Amino acid sequence: MSVILEIDHVTKRFGGLIAVNEVSFLLEEGEILGLIGPNGAGKTTLFNCINGVYAPEEGRILFRGHDITGKPPYAVARMGIARAHQVVRPLNELSVLDNVTVGACYGRENLSLGEGRRVAEEVLEFVGLAEKRDVLAGKLNVAEKKRLEMARALAARPYLLLLDEVLAGLNPAEVASMLNVIRAIREQGITILMIEHLMHAVMNVSDRIVVLDYGKKIAEGSPKEVANDPKVIEAYLGDPELALSLLEEGK
Amino acid sequence: MRWLRDPSFWVSVLIVALAGAWPLVTGSASGREDMSLILMFVILASSLNIVLGYTGYVNFGHIVFFGLGGYIGFYLISQMGWHLIPAAIAGAIVTALFAAVLGAIILRLRGAYFALATIGVNEAVRALIVNWDALGGAVGMTMNFKRYQAYGGPMNALWVAYGLMIVVALLSVITSYGVRTSKFGLGLLAIREDEDAALVLGIAAPKAKTIAFVLSAIFPALAGALFFFKNGNIEPGDAFRLHMSVEGIVMIMLGGYGTVLGPIVGAATYERLRGYLLTSPIFKDLQLAFAGVLLLLIIIFVPSGLVGWLRNRFPKVRRVLA
Amino acid sequence: MDVLLPSLVDGLLIGFVYGLAAMGLTLIFGVMDVVNLSHGALIVLGMFGVYLLYTALGLPPYVGLFIMLIAGILLGMALYGIAIHPLLGGPHLSTLLSTFAVSMVIIGVGTALFTSTPRNIDFSLGAVQVGNIRLLGTRVVAAFVAIIMAVGLYVFMYRTHTGKSIRAVANNRDAAELVGIPSRRILALSFGLGTMLAMVSGGLIATLFPFNILSGGVYELKSFVICVLGGMGNPTGALLGGLILGLIEGFVPVFMPVGWTPVIEFTLFVIILLVRPSGLLGAR
Ligand SMILES: Nc1ncnc2c1ncn2[C@@H]1O[C@H](COP(=O)(O)OP(=O)(O)OP(=O)(O)O)[C@@H](O)[C@H]1O
Ligand SMILES: [Mg+2]
Repeated sequence: MSVILEIDHVTKRFGGLIAVNEVSFLLEEGEILGLIGPNGAGKTTLFNCINGVYAPEEGRILFRGHDITGKPPYAVARMGIARAHQVVRPLNELSVLDNVTVGACYGRENLSLGEGRRVAEEVLEFVGLAEKRDVLAGKLNVAEKKRLEMARALAARPYLLLLDEVLAGLNPAEVASMLNVIRAIREQGITILMIEHLMHAVMNVSDRIVVLDYGKKIAEGSPKEVANDPKVIEAYLGDPELALSLLEEGK
Repeated sequence: MRWLRDPSFWVSVLIVALAGAWPLVTGSASGREDMSLILMFVILASSLNIVLGYTGYVNFGHIVFFGLGGYIGFYLISQMGWHLIPAAIAGAIVTALFAAVLGAIILRLRGAYFALATIGVNEAVRALIVNWDALGGAVGMTMNFKRYQAYGGPMNALWVAYGLMIVVALLSVITSYGVRTSKFGLGLLAIREDEDAALVLGIAAPKAKTIAFVLSAIFPALAGALFFFKNGNIEPGDAFRLHMSVEGIVMIMLGGYGTVLGPIVGAATYERLRGYLLTSPIFKDLQLAFAGVLLLLIIIFVPSGLVGWLRNRFPKVRRVLA
Repeated sequence: MDVLLPSLVDGLLIGFVYGLAAMGLTLIFGVMDVVNLSHGALIVLGMFGVYLLYTALGLPPYVGLFIMLIAGILLGMALYGIAIHPLLGGPHLSTLLSTFAVSMVIIGVGTALFTSTPRNIDFSLGAVQVGNIRLLGTRVVAAFVAIIMAVGLYVFMYRTHTGKSIRAVANNRDAAELVGIPSRRILALSFGLGTMLAMVSGGLIATLFPFNILSGGVYELKSFVICVLGGMGNPTGALLGGLILGLIEGFVPVFMPVGWTPVIEFTLFVIILLVRPSGLLGAR
């Protein structure tokens, strides 16, 4: 296996606050890497650095051997990194199909409008939104919007998919079906970097896990190793519920 | 070709073509003048809609393109002796270049800031031209009647300008349709809905917005050259009338923001309504106030405009009304 | 120097009045993120209000101003209910257009009633001589009234509960509602205050220059320039912006034809929007 993404000593500051602090890790092609950490740990900010929303002050980000540090988000998207946002961002006044077509047309394959529509239809089928294709995206419910967010990212046919808390706010049945979608995406050979607070889910589906706390990487390893790491438990004690569930996962 | 099989393409194009041809058939000069004004509004509104309706940027300074095209065209014809067609095209090219530079600079601003900047640009250009003696300053320029000889005399020149106005109106409507139904247009709509999300989806928004801005500048520039050629004189107050930009926005809202047919319907409705109000004994003095009340009612109760309302209410008509 | 100093002082005095007008615009933008395109029409309303009270009833302009102050708040609150509240939270375009529609109605009715013949208030307070500078009494009083109004607004915003509520709503409407501030009433009041400032400054301008029903556009554009100089949404900045604009208007004609003033003003306006969108005082 080869390295698809290399995060090399990346630092991002907001004024005095160091949101991401010298973080480094590698992502292998085809794996699912879970990125966890308490609220405000800098997970979303790291995503923003990877896909070019922010330019990190220090460090480098290499994607498939190319330095993408500081490239604008659209250039990064075109190279094959797609993203589902933590706070969903549907294009409200456009239909579900058009939303996903945007993803397909402007993604890695740079498809024509006709081809983009075809890909979009396929992807909508895949995530189970096909019957909503003509509905305006703003009219969907939360779970559907999360699926749409995912569909739009997938339609870009990315090499790497960044998923930011796509399970948050879903009921158990919806979580289970979303997890199936995630597994099926991996089957297609797409590498996934996912931020998740739902411990059992992320432990279950990830090959490896990286833990951030106050912007710093404090642990990295298999789900089991991470769950038993005293530093991780300590970091999560600020968040007792999560600490508890972590401990349970560890057993 | 996909367009030629799309009924909504034909609806928009035929409405403009047939309405435009009507005065040619009847040969009525007053019919021609009315229709010329409607076509000019169609051009202004359709082109503005590319930036306002598709891309979501509120441009109050759209009229600056009309004024620039008008001034350049007028200068080339009256002072340099150019023919109307090359003069209008030259005006459009210079205006497009101006829009490209301006767009690259001010399209970084969003929301109300962009809207304010466009007002500033229009006023700055107007004030500049007022001080520009070669262009006649505040008084402007007047066309020597001899210039019209090349077109078979002043009367005939009006018909020539009118014919060209139809052509420009058709081109602007076809462009509007072409953008709306293209991949590029889908990108613009995405920018309108959420520019940051659009960037993350792979849309090179700075470039796309600038292209949209340039496209929207070409047609009013051509219309400006034709209008002032017909008019016989040009002055800063007529060429850069901020009020006319706002009228363009009203037409778009009336007909339907972000649709191809909306600005056409809106322009025609607005012009007819205004004509009616101006001549009606009751509303003559109150036409502006009446139009204001109407605008307010539309924004509050039918924000998607006539065509938008039809499209939302009867999804079946969407195939015909783009 | 002989020409420069008097025109600068004159510019400063008028700058206070411009600044007051712009405070109305910037207050509304700061509190509800609305660019009020009826601002110019409201200024004209203030001009005609003071003018009519003076010509028809013989009320001195400064009494008329007081009536404009009260009428402005009431009218502004009514306008808020009609043209702003139903559209808040929608796209920017909606309130831009609804306020423009209000302006069309005011100017339309005004034109029907008064035509567009120029008017002026035939009222003089003589002149004062300071050194070799001669200052018109009306200008000194206008600047003085503008300063009092600005200080009054400042005290209101920083010392009273209602004023603090307005600032809270401006900062974060949702949070303000959580602590029990009735945001709808506060927003209406803010629009009322903005309208009041426009009308009072209109009344003041009417004591200085001739005007007609269409004069509002000019002062509206000036207010935009001032707001941007001072930072959109920043009333203190607006006063400073007004002074800068007044100075430019006093300064430019000394060195070049007066026609260049708007070129300089609007170019400055666009440049500041681009490089310092938060105004000369604001943080980058
Ligand atoms: N644009 C910004 N400006 C200033 N501070 C920011 C900005 N974005 C994030 N932050 C701060 O950076 C820190 C990291 O935020 P981030 O959103 O990356 O956390 P997170 O790990 O994704 O948290 P959560 O689990 O709550 O989503 C936080 O303290 C946050 O307040
Ligand atoms: Mg986050």
